[in-house]
Amino acid sequence: MKRMTWLKSAGLAVSLSVALAGCGNNDKDGASSPPASSSAASSPAASGGDTIKVGILHSLSGTMSISEVTVKNSESMAIDEINAKGGVLGKKIEPIVEDGASDWPTFAEKARKLLSEDKVATVFGGWTSASRKAMLPVFEELNGLLWYPVQYEGLESSPNIFYTGATTNQQIVPSVDYLLEQGKKKFFLLGSDYVFPRTANKIIKAQLAAKGGETVAEEYTPLGHTDYTTIIAKIKEAKPDVVYNTLNGDSNVAFFKQLKDANIAAADLTTLSVSIAEEEVKGIGPDFLAGHLVAWNYYQTTDTPENKTFVENFKAKYGADSVTSDPMEAGYTAVYLWAAAVEKAGSFDVDKVKAAAKGIEWNAPEGKVTIDGDNQHIYKTVRIGEIQPDGMIKELWNSGSPVKPDPYLKGYDWAKDLSAGS
Amino acid sequence: MEMWITQLFNGLSVSSILLLIALGLSVTFGLMGVINMAHGEFTMIGSYAAYLTQNASKAQLPERMSDAYFPVAPAASFLVAFAIGYLLELLLIRHLYGRPLDSLLATWGVGLVLQQIARSIFGAPNVAVNSPSWLNGGLHVMEGVDLPYKRLFILALVAVCLAAMYVYINRSHSGRRMRAVMQNREMAACLGISTRRVDGMTFAIGSGIAGIAGCALTLIGPIGPNIGTYYIVDAFMVVVLGGVGKLIGTVLGALGIGVFNTMFEWWSTASLGKVFVFLCIVAFLQWKPKGLFAVRTRQLD
Repeated sequence: MKRMTWLKSAGLAVSLSVALAGCGNNDKDGASSPPASSSAASSPAASGGDTIKVGILHSLSGTMSISEVTVKNSESMAIDEINAKGGVLGKKIEPIVEDGASDWPTFAEKARKLLSEDKVATVFGGWTSASRKAMLPVFEELNGLLWYPVQYEGLESSPNIFYTGATTNQQIVPSVDYLLEQGKKKFFLLGSDYVFPRTANKIIKAQLAAKGGETVAEEYTPLGHTDYTTIIAKIKEAKPDVVYNTLNGDSNVAFFKQLKDANIAAADLTTLSVSIAEEEVKGIGPDFLAGHLVAWNYYQTTDTPENKTFVENFKAKYGADSVTSDPMEAGYTAVYLWAAAVEKAGSFDVDKVKAAAKGIEWNAPEGKVTIDGDNQHIYKTVRIGEIQPDGMIKELWNSGSPVKPDPYLKGYDWAKDLSAGS
Repeated sequence: MEMWITQLFNGLSVSSILLLIALGLSVTFGLMGVINMAHGEFTMIGSYAAYLTQNASKAQLPERMSDAYFPVAPAASFLVAFAIGYLLELLLIRHLYGRPLDSLLATWGVGLVLQQIARSIFGAPNVAVNSPSWLNGGLHVMEGVDLPYKRLFILALVAVCLAAMYVYINRSHSGRRMRAVMQNREMAACLGISTRRVDGMTFAIGSGIAGIAGCALTLIGPIGPNIGTYYIVDAFMVVVLGGVGKLIGTVLGALGIGVFNTMFEWWSTASLGKVFVFLCIVAFLQWKPKGLFAVRTRQLD
């Protein structure tokens, strides 16, 4: 009985503090924007004043904050740059930053808060597919707009989401082709146990089967797994030509450190990773990674005039030690693409912006990108790179021109069974 | 054959890491009855202490002596974690003795706070600790069997810690007082032992050992604010399986979990391996609810 009352009072305390926190937020917003906008304007376009609110929703705490904080930084920088040039449609952009806390229901909750309380014109956010899948119904229900900046497993195309990261045919499929061309036939698939690696590996297996490759083993480890000695023993036993690595987060550190301890260098065994960018290289230590391959659409070393400015500005703002990576570039690009679409539409209204976004071109740090009107992904150039001892990534191969996004892999015969199911 | 040797060594290595983390926990949980959910965070503190030692020596010493930090690192990790553990006991744990559920909630909160502090100070991304060059590579035993020096080093470090703990608990004056308080607090207090001081010391030592574990982890895994959370569940498993209050139980518990985990993982997959290990533990605890070794004390009954 005593326990019950304790639980009840604890529950009460929690709900009270949540309610208080909610009030606190309201006050803050009310103070920073003219009262006109808080008087329940039903569409973002109608909000008065000299500013337009946008949401930034990333994990600023918890496991995923490792990666997502950097994307938040590059998005904030893009907003500052646009504001310095006079804003969009004469209005300054006012970012409202929320913390998704690496917790998927929190993402959905904060997305709802941004759309229905703050009436933001658009939201930039998310990293894991789980967080995107959690937010998707909220954006569709409230007809909001989400810009998602990370490479993902494809097989999705929501009318309320713009995808500025790579879909599978802009990263995974060409990288497997590249490896096959290099004469690597026997693939060892290693990934963290969640939706992205499992879907990616399904695609890779179909592709290998169709193109004369061979999957010698497929292994998954739980997120946060830290002991790879057994996996490395299995790799030694299977003797693959290449390890295709879809591990995510901290597991990569453990895997590559232990791989080196087992006396396996990049020269003995090729690995290709799709979740290791410059930021992660810094955390793992370039010593452990030098010579290993990665596949992305952008590297800090990518040679375009836009990228030179981007890297310079980023270092000026966040310190000379900071690095730029693919998802950061995609987040930065997303802000500019949204601004361009708004200017073209002459309105902040979601439907008008979506209609105007079709075919918009922009010279991003990674080179020219174009919004595909049908699936709301963007055309991106594919790049295979090799990690250097100084932590930078050297481009070995690129697709030459931006690749048309094909999230359902309709243009590939061998992928018929994959897309049919979903 | 090579595979068996490699896997046995891997199992032993995993056990040694588990043991180092669980050793501190068996002291605080086993001897004091405090469910310390922040134990993993003391591991993290140890890792960051090693990282800071490395940075300090990089800044102060010439390039060719860049490995010189390493012998100092475990000591630094121990001292920092020891000091923070002592402070935590003084400010919080002291007020929660005899209330295991409250101490569980409070220390869990402390763990979250410590994680967020680490994130604010060092940033959310992982930091890199370069292991000294003389630990790179491995001992070549036979064709196909290489034993990494780092793993051997950790095994040695664990052996040293274990021996030191044994000597401390069984041979030193303060160790004797620790055992006395554990077995019968009231009687020990009557005989003039300052139980408060003993509690503070015990908790700080447990935390300090977690710090050493954190230093060892910099050799093989990621170093970030969440590092503690990856190991805490396994560490509790070791203590529960081993039975509270006896070092030998913790050693055998760690050995059992480590070796079985690598073997099951070899035969199945990483996720499934862990499930099998948990099933075995559950089954075992049905048979022996107190774990491998149980100390009969008045306090714990």
